[in-house]
Amino acid sequence: MGIAIYVLAFAVLLVGLYAVIAKKNLIKVILGVAILDYALNLLLVLVGYRTGGTAPILSRGESPAALAATAVDPLPQALVLTSIVIGLGITALLVAMALRLHEKYGTFDVEAMRKLRG
Amino acid sequence: METLVPLMVAVPLGVGFAIVAIAHIRGVSRLVGACCVAGVLACLVMALVLLGGGTVHVYVGGWGPQRTLGIGMVCDGLAKLMLVTINLVALASVVFATAYMRRFTRVWLFYALFSLMTAAMNGVVLAGDLFNLFVFLEVAAIASYALVAFGCEAEELEAAFKYAVLGTVGSAFVLMGVAVLYALTGQLNMAKVAALLPKVGLSGPGVLLGAGALMAGLALKAAMVPFHAWLPDAHPSAPAPISAMLSGVLIKASGVYALARVVFNVLGGGSHYATILIVLGGVSMLVGVLLAVGQWDFKRLLAYHSISQMGYVLLALGVGAQVAGSEGVLARNGVAALCVFGGLYHLFNHATFKSLLFLSSGSIEQQTGTRQLKELGGLARRMPVTSFGCRVGALSIAGVPPFNGFFSKLIIIVAVALAGRPVLAALAALVALVTLLSFVKVQRYALEGEPVAMAAGAREAPVAMGSALVVLAIVCLLSGVAMVPLWHYLFEPAGAALLGGVGKVLSVTGVSP
Repeated sequence: MGIAIYVLAFAVLLVGLYAVIAKKNLIKVILGVAILDYALNLLLVLVGYRTGGTAPILSRGESPAALAATAVDPLPQALVLTSIVIGLGITALLVAMALRLHEKYGTFDVEAMRKLRG
Repeated sequence: METLVPLMVAVPLGVGFAIVAIAHIRGVSRLVGACCVAGVLACLVMALVLLGGGTVHVYVGGWGPQRTLGIGMVCDGLAKLMLVTINLVALASVVFATAYMRRFTRVWLFYALFSLMTAAMNGVVLAGDLFNLFVFLEVAAIASYALVAFGCEAEELEAAFKYAVLGTVGSAFVLMGVAVLYALTGQLNMAKVAALLPKVGLSGPGVLLGAGALMAGLALKAAMVPFHAWLPDAHPSAPAPISAMLSGVLIKASGVYALARVVFNVLGGGSHYATILIVLGGVSMLVGVLLAVGQWDFKRLLAYHSISQMGYVLLALGVGAQVAGSEGVLARNGVAALCVFGGLYHLFNHATFKSLLFLSSGSIEQQTGTRQLKELGGLARRMPVTSFGCRVGALSIAGVPPFNGFFSKLIIIVAVALAGRPVLAALAALVALVTLLSFVKVQRYALEGEPVAMAAGAREAPVAMGSALVVLAIVCLLSGVAMVPLWHYLFEPAGAALLGGVGKVLSVTGVSP
């Protein structure tokens, strides 16, 4: 554990960035964007993680202070939910645009799309 | 006042959804345009009412200032300046759109997305916590991706796809920065993060990682060189009212404003951040204008100038941050305040004249069917109102007195020179000169001379489009002439909100970290 898991999140982020920058296929670019999103969701969950922590649910008779001392941080989990929804919206929009582009050009290859200069 | 702040987001959001409903009711579906205009007009009125009051803090859902969670909204001087700018440009654009969008099908989608984008931009400038800022940035961005692709032609889809992918990468970096800052401080509220960061150590590796990720993401949103590649494709591809909104206010609200807010009010405006702003601003200013000179596509030329003009704003803000941080004789003499005033004044002015130019390019394109400058000519006689708008916009951006662009550029150049940066001041003056030359070209080819075949049959644009142009042209002239009262009511409180830095935010939130 420790720092290694953060390095893993960073590695996933780099994989996503690599796909966005280097891939020539629209679908692969979209997958890169999705991987980038997952890397950040992983990072957000890790921020709130505590080794051996319990679920942040206050059971009857338990004091909030005792829960706070043992539970994982629930706030990043709420943030991740928001982030996942945003990611879903963007992926859906990107797929819709990629399909429209496929109708126009008959391919997902970026190299074939040359209507715009640089 | 307290109830108005959430309404700035809720009203356009509600109008957006109402438009979708109205469009499906037989008989009233033609009213979607009027509905959208009314929503934006209500926002502008509320923004002007808020302008008269003091700084307002709203804790949505009754969480209160002492809790660490909850959504906080802050309406301070800077937010008020941005609200007035956003809703003014949005009103002109949507009035223009009522006539311009007639040739498109399914116009209600356009109005719904437009309202959504306006709501999200109002949310961005009112956000008091970092995650909320990110969410509203994303809502505004998603609406703008869809609006760039609105025409569904191959170029538009291509530009929108590129814009959406790069915008998402930028947002990812913003989220990463937010996550890192939360990990370090355990807070999301900007004021509390700002108060806790010095305890963590402002130049520690964690803070630098978070700040770097945030600034990279926001610089991408602001299209600063070297993150600018998407802008010259995305802005010209959108329908003209959306080009005006994107270049006029979106890159400011979700780029420059967010960058300034984070650097000054959260990270404390250290000198290394100021240097980054100066480098980004200076390079964008020069590269943007050099790329613009060679363009023959009217809208593409305008888009490159947006990069260059935003460079001015960041340069002035960066020099202001540096002077304010130095605590020497310059800071006492108000040079920092002058720099920040110049930057914010230019931000407002650019919003007015760039949206004016994009709207007039839209009406030229609609009436002649082309936006290639070489295919135009002689429009001054054919389209007098549009030509008037185009001329006023060009004179403003080129920095000709008495229009507003002249005053803000002059203030920036003088302030940067007073701050002991004569080289940067000379660079800013040089860029202003090249901008002037570039717009002489526009005037020469589009408006003067003999009409070429494409332009010969052109007629004046409809009244709604003309009136939007005239209103923006009057604002361009008045905001130049009425600089002193505007400074007093609008820019001085906005500059104070930035320069007050971390301490200012804390004193007004009443937060004891």
